[in-house]
Amino acid sequence: MFKKIKPFMPIVAGLSLLVLSGCSDLIVLDPKGPVAATQRDLIMLSIYFMLGIVAVVFVVFTFILVKYRDRKEFNDKDYKPDMHGSVKLEIIWTIIPVIIVVVLAVPNAIALYELKGQPESTADKEPIVIQATAVDWKWIFSYPEENIETVNYVNVPEDYPILFKVTAADSMASFWVPQIGGQIYGMPGMVNDLFLQADEPGVYEGRNSNFTGEGMAHQEFDFVALEEEDYRNWVEETQENEPKLTKGTYEKLMLPETVEKMTFSSTHLNIVDHGQNPAYAMKIREKYGIREKSEGNEDGKVDGNDSNESHSNH
Amino acid sequence: MIDFIKDNLILDDPLILGANISILLTVIGIVFVLTYFKKWKWLWSEWITTVDHKKIGIMYILAALVMLFRGGVDALLMRAQLTVPNNAFLTSDKYNEIFTTHGTIMIIFMAMPFLIGLMNVVVPLQIGARDVAFPYLNSLSFWSFMFGAILFNISFVFGGSPDAGWTNYAPLAIEGSPGPGINYYLLGLQISGIGTLLTGINLIVTIIKMRAPGMTLLRMPMFTWTTLVTAFIIVFAFPILTVTLALMTFDRSFGTHFFTLTGGGNTMLWSNLFWMWGHPEVYIVVLPAFGIFSEVISTFARKTLFGYKSMIISLVGISLLSFLVWVHHFFTMGGSAAINNIFSITTMAIAIPTGIKIFNWLGTLYKSRIQYTTAMLWAVAFIPTFVIGGVTGVMLGMAAADFQYHNSYFLVAHFHYTLIAGVVFACFSGLVYWYPKMFGHKLNERLGKWAFWFFAIGFNVCFLPQFLLGFSGMPRRVYTYVPEDGWTLLNVISSIGALGMGIGFVFIVYNIYYSFRYAKRETTGDSWDGRTLEWATTTAIPPHYNFAVIPEVKSLDTFWFNKQETGKKEKVEYKEIHMPNNAGTPFIMSALMFVAGFGLVFDLWWMAILGGLGIIACMVIRSLRSHKEDEGFHVSVEEIKKTEQSFHEEA
Ligand code: HEM
Ligand SMILES: [Cu+2]
Ligand SMILES: [Cu+2]
Repeated sequence: MFKKIKPFMPIVAGLSLLVLSGCSDLIVLDPKGPVAATQRDLIMLSIYFMLGIVAVVFVVFTFILVKYRDRKEFNDKDYKPDMHGSVKLEIIWTIIPVIIVVVLAVPNAIALYELKGQPESTADKEPIVIQATAVDWKWIFSYPEENIETVNYVNVPEDYPILFKVTAADSMASFWVPQIGGQIYGMPGMVNDLFLQADEPGVYEGRNSNFTGEGMAHQEFDFVALEEEDYRNWVEETQENEPKLTKGTYEKLMLPETVEKMTFSSTHLNIVDHGQNPAYAMKIREKYGIREKSEGNEDGKVDGNDSNESHSNH
Repeated sequence: MIDFIKDNLILDDPLILGANISILLTVIGIVFVLTYFKKWKWLWSEWITTVDHKKIGIMYILAALVMLFRGGVDALLMRAQLTVPNNAFLTSDKYNEIFTTHGTIMIIFMAMPFLIGLMNVVVPLQIGARDVAFPYLNSLSFWSFMFGAILFNISFVFGGSPDAGWTNYAPLAIEGSPGPGINYYLLGLQISGIGTLLTGINLIVTIIKMRAPGMTLLRMPMFTWTTLVTAFIIVFAFPILTVTLALMTFDRSFGTHFFTLTGGGNTMLWSNLFWMWGHPEVYIVVLPAFGIFSEVISTFARKTLFGYKSMIISLVGISLLSFLVWVHHFFTMGGSAAINNIFSITTMAIAIPTGIKIFNWLGTLYKSRIQYTTAMLWAVAFIPTFVIGGVTGVMLGMAAADFQYHNSYFLVAHFHYTLIAGVVFACFSGLVYWYPKMFGHKLNERLGKWAFWFFAIGFNVCFLPQFLLGFSGMPRRVYTYVPEDGWTLLNVISSIGALGMGIGFVFIVYNIYYSFRYAKRETTGDSWDGRTLEWATTTAIPPHYNFAVIPEVKSLDTFWFNKQETGKKEKVEYKEIHMPNNAGTPFIMSALMFVAGFGLVFDLWWMAILGGLGIIACMVIRSLRSHKEDEGFHVSVEEIKKTEQSFHEEA
């Protein structure tokens, strides 16, 4: 009977999907740095607990559903229509979830405090600071010490703590490199700190995961972990060979569109600090005639698109 | 004016053009049918101006089903787009509009009205009342919901839909979204929100003041309990929404700077305010669902609800906690470890009262005698599926882990597990269960079971893979992906499941038609051998005054125990019944809200002001004349006798 199989279907389906998809695709569970590893451990811990709960409930559920179904040979002794509760049982199934919640809350709290700081394995190293700025629909990385700026990719040395200072020029964005560590928001007018570290060289996908409009799906970047020496060489070469970032070039980057990877031998931090100046990108867009809803209009009306403009004349 | 229409009517998109034409044809069809069969007067006096809670409830449910269709088509379009990588079926812009309208419609214009519809039909009957406390207000609630929904829905053919997500985050929704789309969102929700708030007040007063003699709070059926608690959440949460929407309307239309990028606005303020309403909102839709399951399970398990008191305690516990967890929607905003930790704990704590409920339902089924009717199948299937939604909710509540789940398909899977297994299953279960009470005949069980299996299996096939998509790093709200992402297979499976759910829905709609034509008519008011007072009415469809004689309540499940007692039917004596008059102003006033709202959407100030003046005029008229209109009328003893007797002869 269908009814008997039903409760198992999700499990069976889930397991077969796991097999089908091949675990290697589950990049969140395949960390390449201590931050993502901490999170993976926490996730796995919770998954074991949850699978346990699901298993218990499903077994009890199936048993009851089969045993107490109304049928010809139903045993009347099994039927207690006025049984309305049991204080003992109710206390038991209040305490069990309490225990589970506590057991999960503790490692979660520890992880939360741990993630705020520098990874332990490299506690002796001075972190490299990189400012990550989200602009519709690209990522800009500034290395203030090295005086380098990259667009849509970020190079870092492996086994080195990196302190990302994440902000945004316009929409609220979320900075995410699944294999290296979980997300943090980049918001205009604010800066959020995020420590990340890569354990082995490689190119890892990074992206914005928060909805920022039309080009959001393409707001991606490469997170490139290099051997330390390669990284030092790259920094030197960039400082020597790449062009300076001009004001004009930077203003073009403020327009809402996707762009290719770029590299510069100076940063935008002396042009604008988006952590301090949330209105900058809007001002630039106005200057270039990209008319989104803007505050510049004296009447403050929504007159972003042509259709609206034409009707306001009538 | 012609130019204005020409500029905003969307004709360049084949999908929308198709919608335009079908809307036009439907309207012409309806007008034709109404005129041909001379039904305009009937429509006006029997439905539009009605204050009967049952009819208002039915209209809510009808509207919700239409919205479920609209939201479901949106869902299928999205799944079609995501089935294969690099798909060009929908552009980014269209996809963004569609997931925004899908989410908003499903929650605000489908789930809530469906449940409020069932509450309207059932709660007064369950507590042995003749109507809600404020029938006139009830009509106003319905029509302002309805006109809010219409305003929101016309956006896709006229001017363009909102496209900043159902969460409508600033500054994307202000500086990043020119055009009228977001205004539609703000005003559509604002107008329907007024209706919801009024409903909340109405239900509280109804349940507190109008219970039949003997029905103490601890003898109230569980669905009434959940309705009461939900109504309190509404009254506390909806004012937040009202203010928040108004502030953004000011930002967009009057140049203020509450949530803007420029001028010192605070974009995070929107996220906070939105979720201070938004999280309680998800409990507004899920608690009544719990109530429905409690009724259905206890009826078809033929057994008293297990742990009635702990059900109530956990219900109240959940409602309080629901106001203390909103930050879990943005653990990633960079709050301190301490803040995130506190909100992790409050969030996970919700699992405790929820767990109690799950086990109480299992306790109800234990040593029972289960009849697997369609309504019961939905209720039973809810338990394991909702458990999956619940445990993944705990996982999301662990902030340190949420940094990896946030904004991913893991989240999409989670909230569909709670919203569909919790809310939609409950709506279907309640619809099947109370259908004979509304329409005098049952829905066909065979077709109902086909619908169930298609929908329930399709649902799991659709959304289980999405947990894995989350672990594979697929963010929500992306309109496309590339083959190298490795998400294709899981997306294909997911889309197949969505198709299954679509087929399930078609079965449900066909079932309504089929049963209308062929189902056996009910002869008694007690279609399922029920336990609570709604089944105690003397006719299958209760007369407009519900009970000729208000029942006396002696216990929980009072009707069930009365039936056990059997025997001596006392001679009842009828008295005149006082009932409220129909009213046209709620409809007119809501229509004027629509006019004002439309004016605000397009900055047509003259229209907004005229609409606003009209609304005020309606209020003035109502205030001046209410002492006359409110007098209502009396149903004579003769008429009651006739109604009641005609039934006894039938039976
Ligand atoms: C009928 C089956 C359904 C299917 C196949 C479906 C599918 C989807 C899809 C594909 C998305 C967009 C995911 C993304 O791109 O981020 C989505 C989002 C959403 N769905 Fe559903 N859905 C269904 C039913 C429901 C129901 C019944 C509800 C609520 C009661 C609901 C609430 C939402 C919400 C709130 C969103 C988020 C919208 C946003 O991101 O702004 N869905 N759904
Ligand atoms: Cu911020
Ligand atoms: Cu929440």
